[in-house]
Amino acid sequence: MTTETLGVVLMEDAATGLRLSVHDGVATVCYDQPDSPVNTLNTRVGPVFEQMFTRIEQDASIVGAMLVSGKPDTWIAGADIDELRRVTTPLDGETLSRGGQLLLNRLAAMPKPLVAAIHGAALGGGLEIALACRYRIATDHPKTVLALPEVQLGLLPGAGGTQRLPRTVGLPAALDMILTGKTIRAKKAWQMGLVHELVHPSILRDVVARRVRALARGDAMPLLARKRRASEVLLEDNALGRTVVFRQARATVLKKTRGHYPAPLAAIDAIEAGYRHGEDAGLREEAKRFGELAVSDVCRELVSIFFATTALKKDSGLPDGVTAEAVRVRKIGVLGAGFMGAGIATVAVQAGTIVRLKDSSLDRVVAGWRAVREVLRERVNRRQLTRAQMDDTLSLVGGTIDYSGFANAELVIEAVFEDLAVKHAVLREVQAVAPHAIFASNTSTIPIRDIAAAAVHADQVVGMHFFSPVHKMPLLEVIVTPETSAQTTATVVAYGRQLGKTVIVVRDGPGFYVNRILAPYINESGKLLDDGASIDAIDEALVSFGFPVGPLTLLDEVGLDIAGKSGPIMAAAFGERMRPSVTLQRVIESGRLGRKAKRGFYRYSEQGKREDVDKGVYALTPASGSRIAVAAEEIQRRTVLPMLNEAVRCLEDGIVRSPRDGDIGAVFGIGFPPFRGGPFRFIDALGAAAVVKQLEELEKRYPGRYEPAAMLRAKATAGERFHP
Amino acid sequence: MPTFGTGRRVAIVAGVRTPFARSGTLLKDYTAIDLGKLAVAELVQRTALDGATVDLLVFGTVVPSVVAPNIAREVSLLPHFPKTLQAYTVSRACASANQAITDAADQIALGHAHVAIAGGAESLTQVPILHSRGMSDVLVAASKAKALSQRLAIFAQLRPRDFIPITPAIAEPSTGESMGQSAEKMAKLNGISRESQDRFALRSHLNAAAGTDDGRLTAEIVPVPAPPKFEAMIATDNGVRRDSTYEQLAALKPVFDRQYGTVTAGNASPLTDGGAAVLLMSDERAKALGYIPLAYIRSYAYAAVDPGEQLLQAPVLAAPIALARAGLALEDIDVIEMHEAFAAQVLSNIQGLASKTWAARAGLSAPVGDVDFEKLNVMGGSLSIGHPFGATGARVLTTLCNELARRGGQFGMLTVCAAGGMGHAMIVERA
Repeated sequence: MTTETLGVVLMEDAATGLRLSVHDGVATVCYDQPDSPVNTLNTRVGPVFEQMFTRIEQDASIVGAMLVSGKPDTWIAGADIDELRRVTTPLDGETLSRGGQLLLNRLAAMPKPLVAAIHGAALGGGLEIALACRYRIATDHPKTVLALPEVQLGLLPGAGGTQRLPRTVGLPAALDMILTGKTIRAKKAWQMGLVHELVHPSILRDVVARRVRALARGDAMPLLARKRRASEVLLEDNALGRTVVFRQARATVLKKTRGHYPAPLAAIDAIEAGYRHGEDAGLREEAKRFGELAVSDVCRELVSIFFATTALKKDSGLPDGVTAEAVRVRKIGVLGAGFMGAGIATVAVQAGTIVRLKDSSLDRVVAGWRAVREVLRERVNRRQLTRAQMDDTLSLVGGTIDYSGFANAELVIEAVFEDLAVKHAVLREVQAVAPHAIFASNTSTIPIRDIAAAAVHADQVVGMHFFSPVHKMPLLEVIVTPETSAQTTATVVAYGRQLGKTVIVVRDGPGFYVNRILAPYINESGKLLDDGASIDAIDEALVSFGFPVGPLTLLDEVGLDIAGKSGPIMAAAFGERMRPSVTLQRVIESGRLGRKAKRGFYRYSEQGKREDVDKGVYALTPASGSRIAVAAEEIQRRTVLPMLNEAVRCLEDGIVRSPRDGDIGAVFGIGFPPFRGGPFRFIDALGAAAVVKQLEELEKRYPGRYEPAAMLRAKATAGERFHP
Repeated sequence: MPTFGTGRRVAIVAGVRTPFARSGTLLKDYTAIDLGKLAVAELVQRTALDGATVDLLVFGTVVPSVVAPNIAREVSLLPHFPKTLQAYTVSRACASANQAITDAADQIALGHAHVAIAGGAESLTQVPILHSRGMSDVLVAASKAKALSQRLAIFAQLRPRDFIPITPAIAEPSTGESMGQSAEKMAKLNGISRESQDRFALRSHLNAAAGTDDGRLTAEIVPVPAPPKFEAMIATDNGVRRDSTYEQLAALKPVFDRQYGTVTAGNASPLTDGGAAVLLMSDERAKALGYIPLAYIRSYAYAAVDPGEQLLQAPVLAAPIALARAGLALEDIDVIEMHEAFAAQVLSNIQGLASKTWAARAGLSAPVGDVDFEKLNVMGGSLSIGHPFGATGARVLTTLCNELARRGGQFGMLTVCAAGGMGHAMIVERA
């Protein structure tokens, strides 16, 4: 895209980066926010837009206008979230929303045609502006995507999006977009009628200029591509049908969010208000609910996560004052073609890396290759990938049963059996064939320094702890030892990011960070079983707390053998508070390995479908078969509080560098409820003193397991928060 | 010594091939392009090569895909290389991969390239089946028709015989003689007995089986996931019959002359799918990049005879030229790889090399010499391993270089016969 403008510049505002020019009677409003890679919407651009629209209206030589972005591959990426953070009262939020609505109403009511020329991401407020334009032309380009992602930040589209989108694409499609925040690619946007035309980027402005003139003349325009099925018409076009749609939408949202997220429900209310009482009423409802949401706890936490992940994307992973250049990784070796090794290979080839996948037999190698192929096939089925792209990507995996081809790998990641002797053997072999390669262990239980003990080049040894399934889990925990070099750290952090992961750097120690805070949580779940609580009650209590699955379901999914390996290591390192429960030990010993063995805390059908709780487990508990009722709050206190406490100990021990990293690790690695912001933000919300008090109370009942961390006590005494 | 005159010396750094599988069997779901990509991707991986260092990719194929005739370009678009890697496809029948290799070597010797990948691939399962001429005419005419009525009228011209498709045959366009008929004729002209053919075929299978068992052959093969379920890796050639016996071979009926013939399915190479590639570099670049070459190209030659005479006898003329260019005699050669299209052809070639008549035709005063069977095709050949036309030359060169290195020999020679009455010979030497 060219940013130079044909014609005469009529107005230019350096502060906002908005420029109005005119060429041959067609005005161009170009937005190029200074000092920012993307265009965002803030309260300063509103008045400038206003002036420009007035000028367009009043200037008789102008027949119409187009709205373009001055950025190369992004259009308008949404509202300025920093500005949103300054909203302190619901009224402030409502006013902000009303301001946006009025501006866009004015824009929509312009007598001269305004056409959105969309190349790049049109997100949130950006898409709302486009929806207010009379006509939308997008480029048929992978970078051109459209979405209303506000719910992901605990908000709703507050500049008329809840009203204009359903009127543009129909109720079901609008609900789908608004309630999930999903991204729509250009082709799909055209098919669903979100944009009127698709063109090649190089002719975008020409075509738009022609359309502006045609619209100004009043020519008939191509119809939107959207075709409606009979069932859609039936449900959408009458009040009764819509009632059904809204009821279903609410039920689905409640089932998914368990009432923890108010934004989708508020969005449904606003949409419904528009259908029932007209657009004005809908807009009023939208602004009111936006104001409420903007100051809600959920929104605050989700925004904090957004900012933390954004900050982590720029974080080199090195301590302050230390810099090192990351080596560009073009080829990696992966040792072990099992579930984790294949998962790592999958994300690596999708990032364009050549992968040498080694295992001990061709049968294992082909199984790993097949696992990579299955993930890619799934993407082909979802039309995210063409067949040719799949073949290309897959060709980057080269299977081997020896170390041929390892010599030029910049990075070797081992995902072999969790056994120190095996890790040592492969480390020695790798450093012999690829002496310059970084050696990263994907171990989840063995301290990296113990593995590095066998290294010739210990500065090139690091931990890369991926989570399962690798292609879905967003976190990568990078573990450094005192000997790990800055370049090694910088390289794996940069590469992890290239793989699309959110990367936190943690210090070496048993369980690192994520598994360490998980351990007391899992153990206390087991001890609740020891004491007679029932499996479903425990899982249900923690799902209702906001975890995606309960702790016992998690054990079944991950595999109890894997959990069983870490138990004794954690107990040896941390003593009583990590001692595995009797039940957990017995369940593991009984050979219940979880879903993969079709036998765990739950029963599984032959096809692997989960059935009900396996009551046979109760016979293995000290309380035997008899079960007692334990209140959900008690279950949550006994399991979540030690997790919070352990997170603070990790900060105390320097395992995590900051509360921010601790929060992100828990949310992205374990699924700690995002609306609670992470362990540290949750402590801040509860108050350190309250957490200490509850821990002390539990410590009295269960000595040695709930002793509050010293740092937590200090914060409680000083009345301080972890986050400013 | 430089490879050609004053040109740069050309090093053979490594070679890799897919398993070779009888057509319609294990590799039937892979196209020739897929097979070429599999071999080349592994060559790049195994040699720890940076794809950006490659200047040229040349590939050979005999039955090209109608939709993607430049197989080399498709292979060079592997994500291992920059998209700027230029590539072209060559065709010299069964010596197509050899032509790719010598083209690449020429470019290196000239200084136009420093690193080149050359090879070939063939799927004799996925051959293009053509419409009859009548059908083609109708389809073309119909595509130009403007109205439906016109189109229907054109389709109405079709006759039943127009629906019979044309499959490409392995026959000489100039003489109409099939490859097998030519081999049969050579056996008769040169007096090659049925027994000697069958014994040579048996030797090929037993040598290949031994090479597979001790890993010499499998070391050259990239394991390929087995479609359609990909539950196993194909890591060996499926044409090698380790348990074949002379009696079994002798019991087979001749195919091309049922009454007096000697050429059977057992002493002819099978239709095969597979791909193979070698990595060539200028000596200086190989050293700069830290590679220890397997061997160097010392010389090569192509020759031809009248295809109506002895179609597969031209190696007899190519070998003395290559030897002369190398300044060597046959007895200097430590390892010999002769492509085995038919046992009758190999034995005719060997007889020709020792004959005064063929020496005279080559303009030599004395025969080239006797081929020592201890040095010949010691890991089997196309009769047993199989013969994907476009790929064979790269397989033969790889095996020759590896075996020469293993034996600690100095010089190796390969010969390949090709349709059209053509022949090729190449001499390689170790550092």
